[in-house]
Amino acid sequence: MSHHIVAVKNLRHVYPDGTAALRGVSFRITHGESVAVIGANGAGKSTLLLHLNGYLAPTGGEIQIGDFPLNKGTLPQIRRSVGMVFQDPDDQLFMPTVYDDVAFGPLNLGLVGDDLDRCVTDALDRVGAKHLIEKAPYNLSGGEKRRVAIATVLSMSPDILVMDEPTNGLDPYSRRQLIALLREFHHTRIFTSHDLDMVLELCERTIVLKEGEVRADGPTREIFQDEALLAECRLEKPLSMQGCPVCGKRG
Amino acid sequence: MASIDGALLDFQRLDRLAAGNTMLHRLDPRAKVLATLVFIVCVISFGRYQLSPLIPFFIFPAVLIGTADLPAGYLARKVLLVCPFALAVGIFNPIFDTELLLHLGPLGVSGGWVSCLSIVVRAALTVSAALVLVAVTGFPAICRALEQLGMPNAFAVQLIFLYRYIFVLTEEGGRAARARKLRAFGHKGLGMSSYSSLIGSLLLRTWQRAERVHMAMLARGFSGVFPTRQQFRFGRAEFLYLSGWSILFLILRFNNVTAFLGSLITGQFP
Repeated sequence: MSHHIVAVKNLRHVYPDGTAALRGVSFRITHGESVAVIGANGAGKSTLLLHLNGYLAPTGGEIQIGDFPLNKGTLPQIRRSVGMVFQDPDDQLFMPTVYDDVAFGPLNLGLVGDDLDRCVTDALDRVGAKHLIEKAPYNLSGGEKRRVAIATVLSMSPDILVMDEPTNGLDPYSRRQLIALLREFHHTRIFTSHDLDMVLELCERTIVLKEGEVRADGPTREIFQDEALLAECRLEKPLSMQGCPVCGKRG
Repeated sequence: MASIDGALLDFQRLDRLAAGNTMLHRLDPRAKVLATLVFIVCVISFGRYQLSPLIPFFIFPAVLIGTADLPAGYLARKVLLVCPFALAVGIFNPIFDTELLLHLGPLGVSGGWVSCLSIVVRAALTVSAALVLVAVTGFPAICRALEQLGMPNAFAVQLIFLYRYIFVLTEEGGRAARARKLRAFGHKGLGMSSYSSLIGSLLLRTWQRAERVHMAMLARGFSGVFPTRQQFRFGRAEFLYLSGWSILFLILRFNNVTAFLGSLITGQFP
């Protein structure tokens, strides 16, 4: 099964204002892996994600999604197989009702009638948001918006899920629910996040970016145990791996 | 900004009314849009001194409010909100047009007053019809109906986006204005200049958001054509609704029913 892989080779990106956001990033993510991309603010996480569905064009290097190298000709196919959930659900939900929004992708793929209805209800069902189907996005709570945003992507049945800060701005309960939901998916998953406890729960592998370069790439637990590395990259251990604040014991 | 936030909530209430499930709500939006258009054209095509033939037209919003179970008081307040603007348009008529047109007992009424009142009544009629249309159809459905009736896709998309992001934009604007106010300590701050940079930053933020939205659209296979789903059909009920109202409006337009009723009643007492 080679069609769910993401391979990035020596990827470089320089913004028009001269900022070099990525300076030679390479990694290979295989089928079904769940990988976190972490790093300080400005380390290049978001820039990297925007390359994965071809929104930004690399200044140098190569990207391969599944069997295709990313280029203009393969872009429609790649955008279909890479489902991208953006950080702000208000950007993702641009249609007047939840139904319309979830249907937007499938409609673009040419689905109509009952197939479309089934596709939309299935996607909403998977994220537990079927009751919201006729609501307008501005009537949803933050957690509901996040679920619907994921459904808009699921309705296109992507092979690879890419999410930018999925738990950002959620209350603890919604966050917990979202983590449980994300754990159920068997797609190849790529997250960026500052929520390192979530990373610890969801991702067996972590890539640490520092100033546009891959500083470390390995099993999540190993990386989170390397305190020198974390401090160097302006990160710290997830709270669940730190000592108990009351008795000082390690959890 | 409390007033703007309040107005926004109020508008959302209008929108929620569209989620109702009466016979009127279920009609094809095209029939409702067309009937309202015929209504508006009939109402505004009257001459400036014609006041009495307008009155029977109130039957349209009244019947719709009754059938669709809409809150009449709420809609009336919305219409009242617009009336001052109509009054501002017509307020100079009584000054420039002082020729006496009719006599109510000893009181002579000039043509200016009649035409001013006619403007206000017409505004009340058209605005209430439009509000009722939104309340029984919903803004997005109206956009889709207009598109199916031949409005270019680009305009429909513009309207749908306007509707979707007007709430987000006002919230952002409200937050920015609050931040400015909290640091102005009751003074006028830096006056106009602080507002100009505030509006500038809102524009830039809107621009950035537009880029992100475009990104989200591209990520979901957008290729320049906005897909729409066809969910209604123009059947018998729609045909009856549209033709019934249109015929009534045309009858009311070309016959002064008020005068007829009046003469009927006064004819009883010779």
